Amino acid sequence: MAFARSRQALAIAGVLGLALGATACGTGNDKKSSNAGSAECAAYEKYGDNDGKKVSIYSSIRDIEADRLAQSWKQFEDCTGIEIDHEGSGEFEAQLGVRVDGGNAPDLAFIPQPGLLKRFVDSGKLKPAGAQTKAEAEANYSPDWLKYSTVNGQFYGAPLGSNVKSFVWYSPKTFKEKGWSVPTTWDELVKLSDTIAASGTKPWCAGIESGEATGWPATDWIEDVMLRTAGPEVYDQWTTHGIPFNDPKVAEAVDKAGTILKNDKYVNGGFGGVKSVATTSFQEAGVPITTGKCALHRQASFYANQWPQGTKVAEDGDVFAFYFPAIDPAKGKPVLGGGEFVAAFADRPEVQAVQTYLASGEYANSRAKIGDWVSANKKLDIANVPNPVDKLSVGILQDPKTVFRFDGSDLMPAAVGAGTFWKGMTEWVNGKDTKTVLDGIEGSWK
Amino acid sequence: MEFDWLEEQPKFLMLGYGLLAFVVVVGGLLLLLDVVPSWFARRREAQLVTAAASGAPLPRRPKQREGLFALFFLLPTLLLLTIGLVAPAIRTTLLSFMDSGSDEWVGLRNYGWMFSEDSIVRVLINTLTWVLLVPLVATSFGLLYAVMVDKARFEAIAKSLIFLPMAISFVGASIIWKFVYAFRGDGQEQIGLLNQIVVSLGGEPKQWLLDSPLNTFLLIVIMVWIQAGFAMVVLSAAIKAIPADIVEAARLDGVSPWQMFWQITMPSIRPALIVVVVTLSIATLKVFDIVRTATNGNYDTSVIANEMYNQAFRYGENGQGSALAVFLFILVIPIVIYQIRNLRQQREG
Repeated sequence: MAFARSRQALAIAGVLGLALGATACGTGNDKKSSNAGSAECAAYEKYGDNDGKKVSIYSSIRDIEADRLAQSWKQFEDCTGIEIDHEGSGEFEAQLGVRVDGGNAPDLAFIPQPGLLKRFVDSGKLKPAGAQTKAEAEANYSPDWLKYSTVNGQFYGAPLGSNVKSFVWYSPKTFKEKGWSVPTTWDELVKLSDTIAASGTKPWCAGIESGEATGWPATDWIEDVMLRTAGPEVYDQWTTHGIPFNDPKVAEAVDKAGTILKNDKYVNGGFGGVKSVATTSFQEAGVPITTGKCALHRQASFYANQWPQGTKVAEDGDVFAFYFPAIDPAKGKPVLGGGEFVAAFADRPEVQAVQTYLASGEYANSRAKIGDWVSANKKLDIANVPNPVDKLSVGILQDPKTVFRFDGSDLMPAAVGAGTFWKGMTEWVNGKDTKTVLDGIEGSWK
Repeated sequence: MEFDWLEEQPKFLMLGYGLLAFVVVVGGLLLLLDVVPSWFARRREAQLVTAAASGAPLPRRPKQREGLFALFFLLPTLLLLTIGLVAPAIRTTLLSFMDSGSDEWVGLRNYGWMFSEDSIVRVLINTLTWVLLVPLVATSFGLLYAVMVDKARFEAIAKSLIFLPMAISFVGASIIWKFVYAFRGDGQEQIGLLNQIVVSLGGEPKQWLLDSPLNTFLLIVIMVWIQAGFAMVVLSAAIKAIPADIVEAARLDGVSPWQMFWQITMPSIRPALIVVVVTLSIATLKVFDIVRTATNGNYDTSVIANEMYNQAFRYGENGQGSALAVFLFILVIPIVIYQIRNLRQQREG
C-alpha cells in the first residue's frame, strides 16, 4: 500500500506546515511601549489616555505614500500609545462598501469623494465627528471645505490632504527660449496657444485613459471651465442637480473646453489627433512637454510625481505649473481641487482622538515636512512644504481671494460622477456631440 | 524598478499560506478518505472473525449505515453549497427587485431599466456577440488544428504551442494583446505589433480599441487565443479515442478524407464537441477579466459581468447590479440543462 502511505505522508506534511504557519503568525507582534511623559509628548496630552488601544484606518493610499503616512503619525503613536493600523487598497472605493456591509468596517476611512461619504451617512453607517474634532476642524479649515463633509447639518470629519486641480503644466525652460510668457488671463492663454500652434507645434497635450476611471481628466477640464464660465453658485447647483446636466450653461462650458480639447490645431501634441486623447494614459499625457512636442498640459498638482526621473520640477526648472487663468477676474479666483476626508465608522475615544489629531495643525505640519503633500489646513506653515509645486498649491489654497470648489464628479452620485460622466466625456472626446452626451448623462441621473 | 524581495515578502508569505492551506485541506481530505473506510473495513473484519470463531451466524451489514455513510460525505458539500451558492443566489434575486440601497421593493423596475437604457442594451448585444462567436470560432480552430496535427510529425510540439496560452491568465493575456493593439501617433515609433505591420505596409496607424464594433471583435480574439488550446486538447483526445477498427473499415471502403471527417470523425467525437462548446459558452457568458483589463468597458465594449460589477460595487446600485447578475444566471441555465440532458442520454444510450 505504498500509495496510501504516500498520501498519509502528504497529509502529515500538510499538518506540520499549518503548525509552522501558525507560529509564523505569532511573531512580529512586538508591542510598542509608549513614552508618554517626555517633553516632546506634552503636546499630545490633550488626546487623553488611550495607551495600548488600536485604531484601524482604510484608505486608497499605498506604497511610498503609505510609508510617509506612517512616519507622519509616528510621534503621536509613541506619545499616546495608540497603535494606528493603516491599510491602503487600490480598490478602495469598491471595497470600502463591501467591508462596511460585511460588518468589517474600519474605524476610520480617508474618503476622497464627498458623494461616497454621503452614501455611508444615508445608510446610517458613519458616526458624526466628536465635538473636539469639530472644533479643531472649524479652527483649521475654511467653510468652503467643511461643507463637503457636512450632511443634513451633521459634521462627519475634517479634510486631510488636498490637491489643486486648476493648474497648467509647462516648461519654464522652453518658455524662456521661445520668449513666451505665462498667461494670466484666459485670452492670453488662447493667444499663446495660437502662437505656439503657428510655430508648428501642437500647444496642448492631454490624456484621459486611466483604467476603470477612464474619463476623469476630461471631467476635471469641464469642471474647471464650468467654474469659470458659470461661476461658483451655478457650479454648486450643477453638482447637486439643482440645474439639469444638459442645461445650456453646462453645454456652454463643455463647448468652451472643446475649443481647446477638441481642437485639431491644439491637440494632441506628441500623440496624434484629437481622438488620441481618449487612449493616452493620464500618467504619460504631459510627458511630451519635456521633449518639446507640446507646451501646455492642464492637470492637478499631483502630476508632479509623473514626470520622468531627473526632471526638475521648479519655477526655473524643466517643468512647472501656472494657475489656470480665470475668464472674468472680477469674479475672484476660482480654484478646483480635491482631497480626502477622515470619516469614522466607530466612536470609541481613541478613534476620536486620532480623528481630532489628523485635523490639527500639528499633524498637517508633521506630514508636510516629509514631502509631496498639500493641505488646505490654515495652520500649515508654508515654510514646512519642501517642494515648489506644493508650495504654489498651498499658497493658492490659503489665498483669501480663492473661491474653492470640490471636484464635481466626486460630489455627484457615483453612478453619474464615477460612471456616466466619465464615460460620457470619453465618448465626447471620441467624437460624439455635446448635446447627445449631456442628454445621456442627464438621463442617468435619478 | 527593481524587484525587492524583502519588500514583497508579505505577498510571498501570503502565497505560502495559500499553498499550505491547499496542502492541508486536500491532504486532510485524502487522509480522511483513506483512514475512515479502512477503519470500517477493519472493524467489520474483526466482527466477522469473532463471529466465525464463536460459530454464531455472520452479522449482516446494517442497511441504514450506508445512508449514514452517504450523508457523512454529502454533508460538507451540501453545507458549503448552501452557504456559498444557494443563499447568495436567493439573496441576489431578492435584491434585484429592490432599489439601489436595498431598502424598498421596486418590482420589475430594474429589469425594465436593463432593456430600456441604451448603454445597457449595448452591453447585452456585446455579450450576445461574445457568446455566439467565441465558442464557434474557438471550437472550429481547435477542431481543425486537432485534425491537422493528428499523427503528424512533431505532433506534441505543435499541440503544446497552441495549448500554451491556456497557462496564461486572462489578465496576462489581455495585457499582452493590449500591447499588440497599442497605438502611437503617426510618425512615431510604433510599439504595437498590429500598427507596426500596418505602418510597414504603408498604412496609417489606427487606434484599434477605440472604434466600436471592431473593438469587441478584437477583444474576442483574445478569448479565442486562450481557449482554442482547450478545445484542441479535448477534441484531439476524442479523435485518438475513435476505435481503430472503425477507421480501418472506412479506409477499406475507400472514403475520401472529406467523408472520413464528416462521417467518421464528427459523429464519433460529438459528445466531446458538445462538452467543449458548452464549457466555452458558459465561460464566455461570464467573461470579465479581458474586458476589464483591455478597455475597462469603455468605448462600447462592456459585457454583462463587467456592468454588473460597475453597478453593484462602483456605483452603489445594488438593485441594478443584482438584476444583471440574475439575468446572467438565467442565460446560463438553459446551457446547463442541455448539458445534463445530453449526459443522461449518453448514459442511457
